[in-house]
Amino acid sequence: MDNRPVLLDVENLQTHFRTMDGVNRAVDGVSFSVRSGETLAIVGESGCGKSVTAMSILRLIPEPPGKIAGAIRFGGRDLLKLSDREMRQIRGNEISMIFQEPMTSLNPVLTVGRQIGETLRLHQGMSAGKAEERAVEMLRLVGIPEPGRRVREYPHQLSGGMRQRVMIAIALACNPKLLIADEPTTALDVTIQAQILDLMRDLKTSVGAAIVLITHDLGVVAEVAERVVVMYAGKKVEEAPVGELFRRPKHPYTQGLLGSVPRLGSSLTGETTRLAEIPGLVPSLKQKIPGCVFASRCPKATDFCVAVAPALEPKAPAHVAACHYAEKEAA
Amino acid sequence: MSQRILEVADLKKHFPIRGGLFGTTVGNVYAVDGVSFHIDKGETLSLVGESGCGKSTVGKAVLRLFPLTAGRVVLNGTRIDDMPSGTLRPLRRQMQVVFQDPFSSLNPRMRVKDILAEPIRNFGLAKGGADMDRRVAELMDKVRLPRDAVHRWPHEFSGGQRQRIGIARALAADPDLIVCDEAVSALDVSVKAQIVNLLQDLQSELGLAMLFISHDLAIVEHMTHRVAVMYLGKIVEVADRRTLFGQPRHPYTEALLSAVPVPVPGAARERVVLQGDVPSPIKPPPGCRFHTRCPYAFDRCRVEEPPLADTGGGHLAACHLNDRPAAANPLLNKAPPTAFRAA
Repeated sequence: MDNRPVLLDVENLQTHFRTMDGVNRAVDGVSFSVRSGETLAIVGESGCGKSVTAMSILRLIPEPPGKIAGAIRFGGRDLLKLSDREMRQIRGNEISMIFQEPMTSLNPVLTVGRQIGETLRLHQGMSAGKAEERAVEMLRLVGIPEPGRRVREYPHQLSGGMRQRVMIAIALACNPKLLIADEPTTALDVTIQAQILDLMRDLKTSVGAAIVLITHDLGVVAEVAERVVVMYAGKKVEEAPVGELFRRPKHPYTQGLLGSVPRLGSSLTGETTRLAEIPGLVPSLKQKIPGCVFASRCPKATDFCVAVAPALEPKAPAHVAACHYAEKEAA
Repeated sequence: MSQRILEVADLKKHFPIRGGLFGTTVGNVYAVDGVSFHIDKGETLSLVGESGCGKSTVGKAVLRLFPLTAGRVVLNGTRIDDMPSGTLRPLRRQMQVVFQDPFSSLNPRMRVKDILAEPIRNFGLAKGGADMDRRVAELMDKVRLPRDAVHRWPHEFSGGQRQRIGIARALAADPDLIVCDEAVSALDVSVKAQIVNLLQDLQSELGLAMLFISHDLAIVEHMTHRVAVMYLGKIVEVADRRTLFGQPRHPYTEALLSAVPVPVPGAARERVVLQGDVPSPIKPPPGCRFHTRCPYAFDRCRVEEPPLADTGGGHLAACHLNDRPAAANPLLNKAPPTAFRAA
């Protein structure tokens, strides 16, 4: 059993947005925890609330129109109860974030050295000269050649992969306890993605930060995550250790998701020539769904599913799923 | 012998870089630099490679969306690369395109009906209003959208549905060749599967030839017949899918395949992680273009460019390693990157 201390504990997180035509329940009662040094992946398709969950942890949701409820406990404190000033001391210091788009999340008119040094000067009161020294060190750590020269360059002078490395350097500069990576490799080419995933794995062992990885790519999940939370329509539908989830998915949505991805090497093993489809579309989050959120697309759904929402129940050791019929599937 | 729909020979597209005081040409981006391939009826050829390798430029060049620098493009036996645009116009019916982004590739001010009617009208395919309505309705059936949705606007549809409209529009002209430029890349996993299945169904139903441009190797392997791998404006390897995914004969293909994350936790396989970035297509490296990142590069690679040569059974590869006897070829003496086993 995992006995590392719990670092982040999210309980019944609800992030709702007021819109012109009703309340959008982007995240609707999600709970999970992350242990020190652990890598947790949150997977789901666009609109499932995975990015909003990440933004909510750092309280980056504008309020209003957003509204965050529930509890986010980090290091003994509830982040939702902190003042803005206290929150600013946590962001980029104890918890930092890597965003998807490395081009738009770097400031184009500041050198990368300035941008890495900014958090150090702010949080650790370093002098400008000291911060630049540390920036060079960070660039070397993330594997950028000639860091002494690169530190004075601007984002447009770097390639996409190098920009993402700079983002990682910024995020790690203050030795955070938790790193939230929102689709960190989605915008990158596969060979560059392989480099960045390798880097994240290496850094995890050397720096020891816990990682919350937000992604839609099941291949990336299989490669780096220890535990996986599957989200659908603002809810957590399944959670399990990574090997267990891929081998014995319990929730029909997870099963559908795994079946709809072609596997590399499929032409050699002579697998079926047709991909499994999940019919239909993600439901609108503006209406309250009384039953199971996946019922409208689920091949096993019954009237009971439409009427009564299934609770998250343990289906195997360390494996929970929200489905009335999941147990029958257990081997 | 099946019918040849498209034949491309030594296609080149260089974009001039203008600079200096008088806007003179100061250099060229060698986006596509000598590419040859062919596609038969009912066949899918996939062009794969990383961003900037020139795969989209090849697609646009085939469609004659810009003039070519050099080379020959033959569509259904007619040479179209040097044809004046007026003469080419009626022939454009034979080749249609599906773009990546279903949000920006449909005109938001046109109803679905008008989007689909436009190509039919352009090429004069309908005999009167009733025939037009019938054709539009049939197109909706083909892409599995409800017929009554023709009166709606693009914004009323989801990404996957919009991509279906984009496919219907491409089919409206009754083409022989469809160029799919990253047509499923912007879609979510479950929707992607729907569109991939639709494209496969349509191909077998209509006998379409497809040029499938993609960076997603797992999708490509799933749906293609043959694959051409591009690197820095050149094709480095071409083979049928089983051969290419089973036994790549170019180090770049090997690295590309091994870099794809597979949805099997703890999968044990050999990974070749390439160092560095793709060099600039403005000043491609001399010799083999891949030598700056190739783990096997030796002296000859730095000076002599390897030709795209047949290594046996129609498997073309541009690598000096293939001149060696099989026992001394590092590519052939290890498990292929797609052969992995779950731990």
